[in-house]
Amino acid sequence: MSARLGIVMLCHTALDRAEQVARFWMQAGCPVVMHIDRAVPEREVTALRAALGSQDLLRFGPRYRCPWGSWNIVRASQDAAALLLREFPQVNHVMLSSGACLPLRPVAQMLEMLSARPDTDFIESVAIDHATWIMGGLSEERFTLYFPFNWRSQRWLFDRAVDWQRRLRIRREIPRPLAPHMGSQWWCLTRTTLQAILTHPKRARYERYFRRNWIPDESYFQTLVRLHAREIESRSLTLVKFDRNGRPNLFYDDHLNLLRRSDCLMARKIWPGADGLYDFFLSDQPARLPAVPAEPAKIDRYFELAERQRTEGRAGLYMQSRFPDINETGAARSAGPYVGFAGFDHVFENFDYWLGQVTGLRPHGHLYAPGCVQFHGGAQVWHGALSASAKLRDYNPRMFLTNLLWSTRGEVQAFSFGPEDTLGHEMIDFMTYDPNATLAVIRGAWLLPLWRGEARSEDLLAHAGALQRREQDWLGQMASRWAQARVHVWSLGEMLAAPNPRLEEIVTRLGGTAGLQAHGYPSLRPREGFDDWLVGLRNKGLPPQILKDYQP
Amino acid sequence: MFTPLPPAQDRWFTFRMHWKRRRLRARAILKARELTCLRRRPISRGAILLFCTLRNEAERLDWFLHHYRRLGVQHFIFVDNASDDGTRERLLAQPDATVYATQASYRASRFGLDWINWVMLRHAHGHWCVVADADELLIYPHWQTRPLPALTGWLDDQGAQVMPAMMLELYPKGPLDQAQYTPGTDPLNCLNWFDAGNYTITRKPLLDCLLIQGGPRARAFFHDRPNRAPTLTKLPLIRWSFHNAWVNSTHSILPRALNRVYDTGPGERISGVLLHTKFLPSVVAKSPVEKARGEHFGNATVFDAYYDAVAQAPDLWCADSTQFAGWEQLEELGLISRGGWA
Repeated sequence: MSARLGIVMLCHTALDRAEQVARFWMQAGCPVVMHIDRAVPEREVTALRAALGSQDLLRFGPRYRCPWGSWNIVRASQDAAALLLREFPQVNHVMLSSGACLPLRPVAQMLEMLSARPDTDFIESVAIDHATWIMGGLSEERFTLYFPFNWRSQRWLFDRAVDWQRRLRIRREIPRPLAPHMGSQWWCLTRTTLQAILTHPKRARYERYFRRNWIPDESYFQTLVRLHAREIESRSLTLVKFDRNGRPNLFYDDHLNLLRRSDCLMARKIWPGADGLYDFFLSDQPARLPAVPAEPAKIDRYFELAERQRTEGRAGLYMQSRFPDINETGAARSAGPYVGFAGFDHVFENFDYWLGQVTGLRPHGHLYAPGCVQFHGGAQVWHGALSASAKLRDYNPRMFLTNLLWSTRGEVQAFSFGPEDTLGHEMIDFMTYDPNATLAVIRGAWLLPLWRGEARSEDLLAHAGALQRREQDWLGQMASRWAQARVHVWSLGEMLAAPNPRLEEIVTRLGGTAGLQAHGYPSLRPREGFDDWLVGLRNKGLPPQILKDYQP
Repeated sequence: MFTPLPPAQDRWFTFRMHWKRRRLRARAILKARELTCLRRRPISRGAILLFCTLRNEAERLDWFLHHYRRLGVQHFIFVDNASDDGTRERLLAQPDATVYATQASYRASRFGLDWINWVMLRHAHGHWCVVADADELLIYPHWQTRPLPALTGWLDDQGAQVMPAMMLELYPKGPLDQAQYTPGTDPLNCLNWFDAGNYTITRKPLLDCLLIQGGPRARAFFHDRPNRAPTLTKLPLIRWSFHNAWVNSTHSILPRALNRVYDTGPGERISGVLLHTKFLPSVVAKSPVEKARGEHFGNATVFDAYYDAVAQAPDLWCADSTQFAGWEQLEELGLISRGGWA
């Protein structure tokens, strides 16, 4: 007595794996009809037949050459299914599978499930108006245009043919009473339904129509089943995950635990070398081990994440296989938010320390200081073994910043910068158009270190003039109407007039409101005599616009 | 950071590189006379091949062969450049290795590339090939569960012909000569630290390739002249065609289009790493020898300071070094990507 489930296997490669699976089915008493692609060399077919030997439960269907998406796939399934129904009268359900499919459950469990629902056809059959998941663009037109050319091998002709038919408004008539439906190629149908499809008086007419459809293997049975079925469960019992090119993802050994969580009976496509999967699922282990609760969403999520990594990538990552054109994508240029402070450390006493206290961040000094990178706490290396060497940094200043931000994902970076640093036009451009950046600038604050004599210069006026030109250049960039960064600019005079509200504004953004209450505001650095020095400088010939910054 | 070239310039570069490619191939054919084939073994159809030029690598050889055999390399093709430590005998004893030998200058053969170009021209057409030095171990996403045939099958499906794998330099904790290494064992047992995020990338428009520099050597030896730091870009897995020619080590290849292994949109493509096991304890003793030979760099004297520094057995480890834990960790760190290979 053989089982009430029969298997049709369409094989074209890895026949040894197909043989293994066929044995598995036959051991469980399920009759198998194998279709072997005409393109497979005779030698391999003979080897397969010899390996399987003569078996009561095994038949070979007539062979057709089945290129992707061709009518012959349907013909092969029809003939094999007809053979199965004829030869094994006790079969009630027929499952269409491929040579690269693998049963995920013990057969007994499958039979139990199918015999509980003897009148149900398991086939994904979606009305085309609702099939939004179709890859490749054509949905309704699959049923109303002619497709004389192969999409894979004759793409140009295929596209031209579609274009011309659209232009000439050629529309094929869909034979009544068919309502076009589509779905996964892999089904499990009842004897009654299959028999009705195969012996329908209008079968020849339907075949003539579907033969010219695009990918008929995804629409023939899916449409016809709607005419005959008593009860349809519109889902495929075969798990297939497609990538963005519409190719099925392969399953490998490391997918074992994922596959065990599937609610499907079969999985496709299995990589022929996946010994682990074949050994596990074709043994008695799935039956012996305690059942794993089905979590199909987990499988979907796994593949979606991989797909998203391929198409969207990880923002702010620059690596050997991701090197985006940042002007083109418009996406974030860096991995996380950061704040650049220009001039605050010149105006306030111990600004870095205070900022760290208030916000809990680890603020750096001048990252782009000439001579040395001033990491937080004077560290010589930072996360990701980023060196404090100024030459390494200046070799590629942009990647220095993106590396820093990538390695410290999840932690907001704060640092000081100013016109006295080695930070060029290009870097300011990068930060200005980066939505992750916040730039807080005190205009003209670079005068303070000059006055304190921290930056020795031969020609003070020329130095001041150069710094001022750089600052003007930056402020021009930051004022761009397309700037993505949050930019705050105050003149030195404005900041000195009312420092606390302005600091509060920034610190609140950084989530330091509580810290502000606890630690208060930083004190201003002394600047007695600065005014006189500035006047002296003016009298020596300093450009007057610098002085304007100092007037509140 | 990627900026497309103006179309006219792009075509001009392609034209120039077309002729360069022909010149390099002709050069490789001329250099073929320097090679003697010591052992020839049959190569089966569709086999995954590995090409390697080496000199005195007896210490690393066993693990190298073991690593690539378990990845599914079916045939090795070695060019032995005057080894005298038993490497050659051991190569000849391998059942799956074709061995060429030469006494000629490594440097005059463009650091072995002319030889490699020639043996690949001769044996590699249509095969998927790994091209790696004896101190480079290729790993890629899922490498433990999916051997190279799975990867190359997937790359074929994607229409990709090359997979990039930058060099990831491994070093021990402590002075270089203090580590203990037993030949034939996994070098990762003693070299298991690396730099996670100090790599800089520059795009080279002429070849359309990326120049990756950084890592511990840039940090420790080249911090005052970063432009001299070693190139880490590598394209070690490639479906070879007789049209191809390596340009500059396996950092870049011609035709130009093959160098475009990176996505210039927001997405990520697949990539792996070559674990670079250069800093085994023996490097300290080898360093003065290599300095004297001067065979490894075009302008060899510039690198004297580097060899001197290595001979002092420095400690490359720093507080922000990362301990190697597997490919998942490297992917999390953004050094490699599965690029849709779920």
